[in-house]
Amino acid sequence: MTSRKTVLVLGGSSDIGRAAARAFAKAGYDVGLAGRDAAALEPDAVDLHARYNVEASTWTFDVLDTASFDGFVAGLPVLPDVVVSIIGLLGVQQNAESDLAHATTIMRSNYEGPSLILGLFAEKFLARGHGTIVGVSSVAGDRGRASNYVYGSAKAGFSAFLSGLRARASRGGVHVVTVKPGFVRTKMTEGMKLIGPLTVDAPVVSDAILNAVEKKTDVVYVSGKWRLVMLIIKTLPEAVFKKLKF
Amino acid sequence: MTLVSGWGRFPVVDSEVLRPRSFEAVGAAVADVSGSVARGNGRAYGDAAIGAVRTIAMTGFDRVRSFDPATGRIRLEAGVLLSDLIDTFGPRGFLPFVVPGTRFVSVGGAIAADVHGKNHHGEGGFGRYVDSILLRTGQGETIEVSREQNSDAFFATVGGMGLTGIILEATMRLRPVETGWIRERVISASDLDAAMRALEASDSATYSVAWIDCVARGRDLGRSLIYLGEHASADELAEGADRFPIGKNPGLAVPLDLPSMTLNRYTIRAFNELYYRMGARRAGGDHVVSLYPYFFPLDSLSDWNRIYGRRGFLQHQCVIPEQGARAVLGDILDRVSKRGDASFLAVLKKLGHGDGLLSFPLPGYTLALDFPVKGDILNFLDEIDRLVVAAGGRLYLAKDARQSRATFEAGYPALPRFKAIRKSLDPAGNIRSKLSQRLFDEV
Ligand SMILES: Cc1cc2nc3c(=O)[nH]c(=O)nc-3n(C[C@H](O)[C@H](O)[C@H](O)COP(=O)(O)OP(=O)(O)OC[C@H]3O[C@@H](n4cnc5c(N)ncnc54)[C@H](O)[C@@H]3O)c2cc1C
Repeated sequence: MTSRKTVLVLGGSSDIGRAAARAFAKAGYDVGLAGRDAAALEPDAVDLHARYNVEASTWTFDVLDTASFDGFVAGLPVLPDVVVSIIGLLGVQQNAESDLAHATTIMRSNYEGPSLILGLFAEKFLARGHGTIVGVSSVAGDRGRASNYVYGSAKAGFSAFLSGLRARASRGGVHVVTVKPGFVRTKMTEGMKLIGPLTVDAPVVSDAILNAVEKKTDVVYVSGKWRLVMLIIKTLPEAVFKKLKF
Repeated sequence: MTLVSGWGRFPVVDSEVLRPRSFEAVGAAVADVSGSVARGNGRAYGDAAIGAVRTIAMTGFDRVRSFDPATGRIRLEAGVLLSDLIDTFGPRGFLPFVVPGTRFVSVGGAIAADVHGKNHHGEGGFGRYVDSILLRTGQGETIEVSREQNSDAFFATVGGMGLTGIILEATMRLRPVETGWIRERVISASDLDAAMRALEASDSATYSVAWIDCVARGRDLGRSLIYLGEHASADELAEGADRFPIGKNPGLAVPLDLPSMTLNRYTIRAFNELYYRMGARRAGGDHVVSLYPYFFPLDSLSDWNRIYGRRGFLQHQCVIPEQGARAVLGDILDRVSKRGDASFLAVLKKLGHGDGLLSFPLPGYTLALDFPVKGDILNFLDEIDRLVVAAGGRLYLAKDARQSRATFEAGYPALPRFKAIRKSLDPAGNIRSKLSQRLFDEV
């Protein structure tokens, strides 16, 4: 077998997931792609092998099926060096305001599932003594906004989970990266009004992820502009913030 | 509905843009409305990549299906960009055989326009290196077409401007290269005769192209710089140079539409004077340059089409058969230089035989000129077209936004045959673009 490093991408069929898989494969990693429908990921695995001559495999993984997580991790033939979670669900805020089931799905997809699975990997990585965990969160988690606080609050929870995990795991040689993309042109945001200068394409996010893994960065705002925007938004007094429409 | 345009930003028209995520969805998108066409990366200048009713965006289909590192044969989805192919397979020793003047075109778009590069005179067009194509026809079938299998449909699809159906995948050959560098030689030519002689004499060069200063007049008419190129071997590289240079993504962008004032006869003349002198100084010996600036000089400035202002611009690219080319080209250049508002630079190059039924190239000289959309430009270009038609030439559909039916029909004698094949693949006429409506659909 090869002595190459391996990365496992959870949410491999998303645009950012596909881009991340390519970025890691290009850097020489063997890649595992995990998603709800493993068969649907097969063409991407073939693509990675044809392009970069790395091994690529596909795995079935459903972030809402937390009961399957132990079995999923135990079933992997090798414990990856890096695991990246790109799983997220934007949902529809208006619906989530009255439809509890929808709100629950958003919360579980963005917070519960990703946190639990990455927490599990962290335990294995700590036992082994090394590994990198990447969680793709969102600038939407930096402050709840009227227009998407169900999603935003779940991302806030996820960001907090990652920062706590980082503090604990770093002592055991395990690195945790929090990635906060702003607007990204993907399937998820298709048809939405995005602010041009603040919007990036998926490969920009994936390059930032790879870079953070290699440089051991803790928190990455994909576009530097967002760090500033969020700094302003975070420091606005609540009395002012609640009057703003966004 | 969405407002859509090509790279020239003229015309701007309504068409529903769909971005299917699976081949089944592509089929459904074509089936349930009459008047769709595929769109690659939107680098055609005019209305070729705009559906009469619906435009099917294909860049999401960007997977490589197989690659044989021993032979360079590759199977890929039609939305893969040539820039992606170059960046991925260049370092592994393979490049596309044919690249146009921008690398941001899709494989589907390159096949549909049978694009030509600086090597057309010797090596032919993009389609020559395509072995087979997976095509979704307007009738709803998915068929594999090649020189052996469904060969009529193959030769109608290469150069067919998307009008035989949606190209889903293609198998093609890549060129083995030792490096990503080009050994370049610049020749300066003081007028049109010298330029044509220099291109003629460079027939054995792999790559050749001339940049004409098209505001130069009188004795200087047609003065140009001719760029020849060969793939550099590893031992021609400077000590310590990487075998494969990095292609930087365009950093600079034109942030807004420049007022059309910016481009006028004075600024263009000043620019061209400078360009010619700087080039002439480099003329003479060989030097090794990265493939990126050699093949894609304009790609370093993204959105450069905005330089021409909000109203957009037109490219006029004709090819004139070798016999009599000198006189016609001289006449065209003379009229253009007298107007004084044409492009910064015009491109002159020798072409060989085209392969597809509607492929643009024919043995002769091709001249490409840019004009901002303003004033009486449409009338002026009609005048030029009359010269082209009289000389037995034709215009390039991938650049066209305005030629007349008569000009088109005169230039493309295989049109009836193309139409018959198209009819057999798509009897209901589901595949239609704004271009086909303008130039040859029955009304
Ligand atoms: C700066 C610049 C330089 C250029 N230089 C050259 C040059 O040197 N030589 C040259 O030949 N051309 C040149 N071109 C033109 C360009 O190569 C062609 O227009 C090419 O077709 C653009 O590819 P695209 O993917 O952007 O296709 P689009 O512009 O999106 O589409 C072009 C045509 O291809 C069809 N098409 C696209 N994808 C598919 C598909 N999947 N299935 C079926 N049909 C499809 C469309 O229907 C349309 O008719 C240049 C263009 C620019 C902007």
